[in-house]
Amino acid sequence: MITYLEAIRQALSEEMEADPRVFLLGEDIGAYGGAFKVTAGLQEKFGEERVIDTPISESAIAGVAIGAALSGLRPVAEMQFIDFIACCFNMITNYAAKAHYCWGASIPIVIRGPYGGGVHAGPFHSQCVESFFLNTAGLKIVAPATVLDAKGLLKAAIRDPNPVLYLEHKFLYRRLKDDILRDVFVPLGQAVLRREGKHLSIITYSAMVHVALEAADQLARSGIETDVLDLRTLSPLDEDSVLQSVKKTNKVLLLHEASRFGGFGGELAAIIAEKAFEYLDGPIVRVAAMDTPVPFGSPLEETYLPNAAKVFEAARKLMGY
Amino acid sequence: MSIRVVVPQIGQSIAEAVIVKWYKKPGDPIEKGETLVEIGTDKINTEIPAPVSGIVEKLLVEEGTTVEVNTEIAVLSDMRGAGKATEIVRLEAQGFHSEAPLTPQRASVETSDVRHSPFVRKLAQEHNIDLSHVRGTGDAGRITKDDVLQFIEQQKTQEIQETSDVERIPMTRIRKLIAEHMVLSKRTAADLTTFFEIDMSAVVREREIAKEIFENQYALKLTYLPFVVAAVSRALRKFPVVNSSIEGDFILYRKECNIGIAMAVEDGLLVPVIRRADEKSVLDLTRAVADLAERARARHLSADDLQGGTFSITNPGVFGALMGTPIIHQPQVAILGIGAVVKRAVVIQDAITIRPMACFSLTYDHRAMDGAVADQFLAHIKKTLENECPPALK
Repeated sequence: MITYLEAIRQALSEEMEADPRVFLLGEDIGAYGGAFKVTAGLQEKFGEERVIDTPISESAIAGVAIGAALSGLRPVAEMQFIDFIACCFNMITNYAAKAHYCWGASIPIVIRGPYGGGVHAGPFHSQCVESFFLNTAGLKIVAPATVLDAKGLLKAAIRDPNPVLYLEHKFLYRRLKDDILRDVFVPLGQAVLRREGKHLSIITYSAMVHVALEAADQLARSGIETDVLDLRTLSPLDEDSVLQSVKKTNKVLLLHEASRFGGFGGELAAIIAEKAFEYLDGPIVRVAAMDTPVPFGSPLEETYLPNAAKVFEAARKLMGY
Repeated sequence: MSIRVVVPQIGQSIAEAVIVKWYKKPGDPIEKGETLVEIGTDKINTEIPAPVSGIVEKLLVEEGTTVEVNTEIAVLSDMRGAGKATEIVRLEAQGFHSEAPLTPQRASVETSDVRHSPFVRKLAQEHNIDLSHVRGTGDAGRITKDDVLQFIEQQKTQEIQETSDVERIPMTRIRKLIAEHMVLSKRTAADLTTFFEIDMSAVVREREIAKEIFENQYALKLTYLPFVVAAVSRALRKFPVVNSSIEGDFILYRKECNIGIAMAVEDGLLVPVIRRADEKSVLDLTRAVADLAERARARHLSADDLQGGTFSITNPGVFGALMGTPIIHQPQVAILGIGAVVKRAVVIQDAITIRPMACFSLTYDHRAMDGAVADQFLAHIKKTLENECPPALK
C-alpha cells in the first residue's frame, strides 16, 4: 500500500530513471525533501544536478524550467504551495502556453504543487487555482483524485510535450492509500466513472470526487442512483464522457472545490446546455466553495467548502424538481 | 369594478367542465391566486385561483353543474375601482373580456402553462404524448422524466388490456408523415375538384402501335400514363399558375415542370418526381416512370427523387376507380387524378358509339387560381389527348 503522496514520488522517481532528461527543481525539494516531503530521498538517489534547490522565486523556477525545456530537458517544477503559482503567471500564460503556437517550440514542462483546502491552512495555502489557467489555450491541467491517478497522470504529464499543470490535492496526500502496480500510466484527457447510476450525474474532480462518492452513498439509501464522473483532466476536457452521462441520467450536479463564480462549473454548464439541452430534465446545479478567500478558522473553512451534506441536499432538491 | 369569471380553456380538447367545489361563498374576501373553485373534466380536476383580489359577489353556478368553456360562473368585485362610477361603467362595458387573456391563462396555469424540461418535451414528442394528460409529481406539479416514462408504461398496459376486440398499433413513420401532410394540406388549401371525361381512343391507338416496339426494343411496358404526363406538361406550359406554389402572399411560378407521380408502396404512398417532364418524349417518360416505380418498390428512392415537384398526378384508375378527388401535395396548387379507362357508349355526331373513356379530375387550390383556369387546363389536356395524342415513336 502506498499513499497518494508516495505515488507522486514514485512517478517522479520512475520517470527520472527512465529518462535522463527529466529533472526536478523547486524550493527546499532537495536536502529537505520538500515542504510535504514529496521529493524526499530523490536528491540522494539522483544527485544535486537533477534535484535542484532554487531560491525563493517562483518566476525564476518557471523561467529556468522553460529555458531548460527549450534546451531539450524535461523539467518538473514544484510550487511549494500551488497558490504561489500566481508569482509566475506571466511565465506560464504568456510564454510557456504560447511558445508552440507562436514559434513551434515544444515546452515539455510540468508544474506541480499542493493544491486545495480542507487542512486549515488559510487563504494563501489552500487555493484552487485551475480557473486562473483554464482560459489560457496551450496549457493542460490535471487534477488526480486517486492514488493510481496521482501516479499515472503524473507520468503522462511528464511525457507530454506541452506545459502541464499538475494539481495534487494536499488533503489527499496521506489520507488515500492503495495498492497499485509499478507501471501505471493514465493518459491525459480521459474522465472515468467512479460510480454508476441512472438518476443523476455528479461531475467533479480532485478531492471532491470523494465527497461526491460519500453523497452518492447517502443518496443510494433514498433510492437515487448516481453517476459520479471524475474528470481527471480538466483541459483538454473529456467532453464525450460528460455528455454521455448527462444523456443517460438527464440531471446534472457540477461539483468543485474552487469558488463558484467563474469556476469550472460554469464552463461545464455551458457545454452541457449547448450540446445536451434536449436531454436535461432539470436545471444544471452547481455545488462549489463560497465566493470568498479560503478562511483560516476550522468552522469557517468547513462552511466555505462543499461537503457531502451540501451535495446531498442539492441533489435531493434537483431530484424533486 | 366587477370581474366576471369564466371557465378557462383546460387543455385543447376540452369543451366543458364540471363545477366540483366552490372554495368561497358570496361575501368572502379573496386574494389573487387563492383557490376560488375546483373544476373537473373527464381528464383531470383542477383548482382555479382567483384572477384578482377582491370580494366574491356572486356564484352563478351550483356545485355539480356541467358548464361549457367560457361560461360565466362567478362575479368578483375588485375594491380598487369602487366609487369611480365612470370607470366602472367603462370597465363593465368591456367586461371581463378586457382582461380575458389574464384570467383564462392564469386560471389554467396548472395544466397548459406549466413549463416542461427540455428532456420531458423531447420524450413526449418521441412518444407522441399530450403532456396535458400526464400527472406531474415534481415541484409545483411539474412533470418529470419519470412521470412521462410511467405514463408510457401505463399506456402500454392499457394497450395490452384492449387487445380483446381492438388491436392498437402505433402508426409507422411513413403513415404518420402521410397523415400529417394530408391534414396540413386540407388545412392549408382552399381545395375543390373539377372533372372532365376524356375520350382515350387516340391514346389507346397510339399505345397499341408502340407497345410491342417498346417491349422488344427497350424492354419497357408502355402504359397510358406517359401520354398523360406529356399532355399535362404541355398544359402546364400553357397555364403556368397550375405549375406554381403559394408562399405567404406570393405565388411562386416554377420554371421547371417537375411532375410527381403518386405510387402506392407497402404501407404508404410516395410521390417521386420526374424532372423537366415537359422536355421528355413519351419514351423518356416511360423510362422515368419505370425507373421510379422500380426504385420505389425496392425502397431505393433518394430524398432528391421525392423533392422539387411542381405538380402531381395520381392514378386511382389502376385499381378500377372511375374518378377520385385527390388531396393536393403541398406546397403545390393542383393535382390530377386519372380514372380507369373503360369502354362506354358515348354520343358522337349524334351517333351512339363505343369509346374508351376516362374521367380526369383536377383538385386545385382556389387561392392560386379560379375555376376558369382549372377547367381550361383540363380542357387543354383533353384536347391534346383526343386530337393530337403525343406520339410514342419519333
